[in-house]
Amino acid sequence: MQASPTNTQEEVQHDHESKKEPRKINALGDKALRKRAYKESFKKLGLRTMAHNPVMLTVEIGSILTTLDTIRYLFIGPSSAFWFTFQISIWLWLTVLFANFAEAIAEGSGQAQADALRKTRTDTNAKRETSPGQFEVVSASDLQKGDIVVLEAGDIIPGDGQVIEGIAAIDESAITGESAPVIRESGGDRDAVTGGTRVISDQIRVKITATKGNSFLDKMIALIEGAKRHKTPNEIALSLLLAGLTLIFLVVVITLAPIAAYSKVVVSITIFISLLVCLIPTTIGGLLSAIGISGMNRLLQANVLALSGRAVEAAGDVNVVLLDKTGTLTLGNRHATEFLAISGIQEAELAEAAFLSSLADETPEGRSIVDLAKNKFNLENPDATNFEFVPFTAQTRMSGVDFEGHEIRKGAVDSVLKWVGSDLVSETKEAVDSISRSGGTPLLVAKDNKLLGVIHLKDVVKQGISERLEELRKSGIRTVMITGDNPITAAAIAKEVGVDDFLAEATPERKMEYIKEMKAEGYMVGMVGDGTNDAPALAHADLAVAMNSGTMAAREAGNMVDLDSSPTKLIEIVEVGKQILITRGALTTFSIANDVAKYFAIIPAMFILAFPGLQALNIMQLTSPESAILSAVIFNAIIIPILIPLALKGVKYRPAGAGEILRRNILFYGFGGLIVPFIGIKLIDMLITSLHLVSLVK
Amino acid sequence: MTLQGLVQPFIIIAVMALLAKPFGTYLYKVFEGGSTFLDPILGPLERFAYKISGIDPQREMRWTTYGLSLLAVNLVGFVILFILLRIQEFLPLNPAHQSAVPFWVTFNTAISFVTNTNWQVYSGETTMSYLSQMWLVSQQFISPAIGITFLLVLVRGFSRQESKTVGNFWRDLVRGILWVGLPLALVGSVVLVWLGSPQNFNPYVHATTLQGSHQVIAQGPVASMTSIMQLGDNGGGFFNMNAAHPYAAPNAASLMFQEILGFLIPVGVIYMFGKMINKKRQAWAIFIAMSAMFLIGSVALYHFEAAGNPIINHIGLATHGNMEGKEVRFGVGTTSLFENTTTAVSWGSVAASNDSLTPLGGLVTLFNMNTGEVIFGSWGVGLMGMLGYVILAVFLAGLMVGRTPEFLGKKISAYEVKMASLFLLIPAFAILILTAISLTTHAGLSGIFNPGPHGLTEVAYAFSSGVANNGSAFGGLSSSSPWYSATVGLAMLIGRYPMYIPLLAVGGSLALKQRVPASAGTFPTEGPMFIGLLISTVVIVGALIFFPVYALGPIAEHFAMVAGKLF
Repeated sequence: MQASPTNTQEEVQHDHESKKEPRKINALGDKALRKRAYKESFKKLGLRTMAHNPVMLTVEIGSILTTLDTIRYLFIGPSSAFWFTFQISIWLWLTVLFANFAEAIAEGSGQAQADALRKTRTDTNAKRETSPGQFEVVSASDLQKGDIVVLEAGDIIPGDGQVIEGIAAIDESAITGESAPVIRESGGDRDAVTGGTRVISDQIRVKITATKGNSFLDKMIALIEGAKRHKTPNEIALSLLLAGLTLIFLVVVITLAPIAAYSKVVVSITIFISLLVCLIPTTIGGLLSAIGISGMNRLLQANVLALSGRAVEAAGDVNVVLLDKTGTLTLGNRHATEFLAISGIQEAELAEAAFLSSLADETPEGRSIVDLAKNKFNLENPDATNFEFVPFTAQTRMSGVDFEGHEIRKGAVDSVLKWVGSDLVSETKEAVDSISRSGGTPLLVAKDNKLLGVIHLKDVVKQGISERLEELRKSGIRTVMITGDNPITAAAIAKEVGVDDFLAEATPERKMEYIKEMKAEGYMVGMVGDGTNDAPALAHADLAVAMNSGTMAAREAGNMVDLDSSPTKLIEIVEVGKQILITRGALTTFSIANDVAKYFAIIPAMFILAFPGLQALNIMQLTSPESAILSAVIFNAIIIPILIPLALKGVKYRPAGAGEILRRNILFYGFGGLIVPFIGIKLIDMLITSLHLVSLVK
Repeated sequence: MTLQGLVQPFIIIAVMALLAKPFGTYLYKVFEGGSTFLDPILGPLERFAYKISGIDPQREMRWTTYGLSLLAVNLVGFVILFILLRIQEFLPLNPAHQSAVPFWVTFNTAISFVTNTNWQVYSGETTMSYLSQMWLVSQQFISPAIGITFLLVLVRGFSRQESKTVGNFWRDLVRGILWVGLPLALVGSVVLVWLGSPQNFNPYVHATTLQGSHQVIAQGPVASMTSIMQLGDNGGGFFNMNAAHPYAAPNAASLMFQEILGFLIPVGVIYMFGKMINKKRQAWAIFIAMSAMFLIGSVALYHFEAAGNPIINHIGLATHGNMEGKEVRFGVGTTSLFENTTTAVSWGSVAASNDSLTPLGGLVTLFNMNTGEVIFGSWGVGLMGMLGYVILAVFLAGLMVGRTPEFLGKKISAYEVKMASLFLLIPAFAILILTAISLTTHAGLSGIFNPGPHGLTEVAYAFSSGVANNGSAFGGLSSSSPWYSATVGLAMLIGRYPMYIPLLAVGGSLALKQRVPASAGTFPTEGPMFIGLLISTVVIVGALIFFPVYALGPIAEHFAMVAGKLF
């Protein structure tokens, strides 16, 4: 999206990035959601539903077996054994339910968003064009791909489509939550309209591009509801590892039975199952799907729609991002910063000429010239009745004013020179070149075929962008600026902004080539695009964010859609992608590190009768074998709900080098995972002891 | 504990740190190109070998072809060995008139020598003819060289990119034998002869001792067999009592030399790995992780042995820690080091009777083997196993930096995780299941000499040694009984092929992948953080699996011993 200095449409640049309320849903705080999640937790107990999660399936089968053991003790006694087995069974069932609840609450918050969207999918009528000028009213659901409909102010757009004629303001709040209307027009990069949104002014002709059920809104609802949620590659790999660990510990516990029998130790099945459940990675197993779902939800709250889970993961892996200069790194417009008069001309004279010629120029550039001249020379608005303004056209590449027999023109260097019919004097040429080198744009001003001087238009770097880029660099991500400027200008701006590299004089082909080259070197590339000519590059990028304001072609080529159409959103997406992976890794490490403490709780408790010396392994000084085992099982269960908020919110991500992040997370989740259960199990044991919940006989 | 005893393992590691580079560079040249000073002599031999067998050494293989060739060589080795041992009485070079080896012993021995385990259920000098011994020696050259070929596939997975092939098996094998095994064993033999070991084909000597009893003193090519046994981390000693025999290790200098010989290639391949991936710091990080575990193990084992048995200490019989079953010539320190090393570096020869180690001393040796012998380990497969743990460690912790985990620029995806998990669970299953069955069947139980926790340790040790392809015996178990011959044989098979083939597959899969350029966002794998992480993974993931067995075996025995009860 390369801005020409005087393109009026650039005004609709989306500078309102953080003005609106994010569509935040606090899943745990919402009573209705919680209630639904409670119900879902029980519904998910079906063995077939559990089969997708081998870790929790193992726990559930274990719960069934201990429940049977409880019933057995009910009949044959002793009551102390019944009471112990009963409590273990309760906590094992709770372990399963807690895990189900975590998944349900994560799904629930997505569900709430889907429901809100579904409300907008009301069936409307549409005026279908049968032949030019002839219309029939049909139901939106009868529309076919390729049909042409005519829409007026107040109409709900019946389906996704492309504006083929006209321009209109459209209220897209239904899908974006953004109440300010957006402009959609034919023939540009903003010709896509979404079904369910509303026309609020003017009339447009729209060609329908998606049939009912396949629309953007439908896709969005399906994605949010998780109907099409597939496991991401890393999630699959992690699930495999967790299944492998579960299998190993299953064999450890099964083979322990004969080994214990050889050692003349009598151990009940309930205790074996308790050991098994404590050893298998239930914490991460219970929270894994919640982490993935809530990651998608977080993206959605940032108004980004990921069209696949794979894309979310790719976001975390991206190590090169292509950022458009205009709109992303710099404000979408340039500002006049100085007037450079040629020798023999007063600066005030140049300023006045520039001022007069820009009075009618409503572009930000034009306004900035007016402002600068006013500030510097206290100029006042003249009586403009006799003024005849000459607007900018793509052919002349100049604008200006004719008044009282004078003609003033300002514009691109070569155009104005042509108009004047002379060449640059070396002094002016130097000024023009130095402006170009510094990344600015020189505008020549001439009055009555005589050159007055140069206006220096400067790109204004967005506030805070350099810091964001620095953060990306810390995370090991290379930033590449894409611009249509010539290499000299591009280099100057690149330096000012602080990007690692730039691609100057970028055409769609060059962008695509660049992406291909980076990928051949093994980089993962992320980019944002909106125009039809961005589509090929988007299709090649690993993380391709299409703007909602963009064309249908761009939207289809991308794997994410940014409903806010904010060009800096890419950075947030990368962070969410990383956060999901970090959360998974942190909880897995925590889960596995927990095993050490659980071993020290359960193993001495199991064998202490046969080998009293093993009391030395009871380093937590737990009261009795029964209290030790119950404490470990309870700790194992309650750690899941304790960690649900973390799973939903994600581990905090602060941009930093991998080494630093690793150090922090290993310290917190690795060492924490080793130590926390020792403390937790001890505390639970003290509670059990004081409440006399089980036999306290050593 | 004496200072000398404590310092010994540190000296060994220091010597190894010095030798790693020259030997690693040599190995790199042998397998990955470059010329060595032996080329003029061995080059013609190599070309001759290819010529008569019709092998094109330049033909690159996929990992599957490579793996099948590897299996084929081992199958042929097994069949020849099996037949030879069964009919040795009809063959020449049998001055002691040894008869046919029993069926299950043959089964066990053939697997043992093909898999580089060299678990000996027979007494070398009283079972095997010289011809059989010599053929066993030839397997001792082939099987460790095959260990290197295993490793080469995995490392090429990292060093190559977008490559369907992983090298030529025949070339790697031939060069491993000609350039590595033969010359080093030759040098080793000469040094050992110089240090006092016999090297002859004489018949056994009959002598009458001072007390007037009759003694048969076995003779034979002891030096050469000891040399390759240590060099190749085989452990198939000439004598049943291995290094405790005065001929196998006539003095402390000889024992030290044998230690160094055993370390050479396992340490060399680490440096070779660093050169192949062009990241020597990575290799040193792994070397440091292994060294740390080795030193902790050595000091711990020495500590337990020096502390000895409180019951015996109490009655005033022992003055030098636990000397039961140890060679008096070497003492507690040197012997403890040797026992830790034999289970870490996997050479499997012993200088003591491990059955008589203190319970926790025995636990250290079990730990070394149960984690897959990745503390240096034997030729190639030791490092290969460690790289298996690296993959698991990198995957677990790598997620925590917010990227798809990668190691050396290769992404670790579901396939690699699956294969690395198989590498972890297959040996654990074999040890646990075989131990459990042995403890519930009459055949298994009747072979245990000591009841209670000590008996459990004996059984677990036998299967651990088998699966780890270690070959050292704890003792106290009638390992030549058909039950244990057959099951330990099975354990050795599982611990070689099903355990490492998944990692071969990882090599094949990684070779196909493109390398991701490193950046500040790349998981750092060369610093102290990674070393600590790797050690934790080995301990937590590798050893926790066996914690219940340890608790009921050595740990229970230890506390019982402290309380005054022996088994």
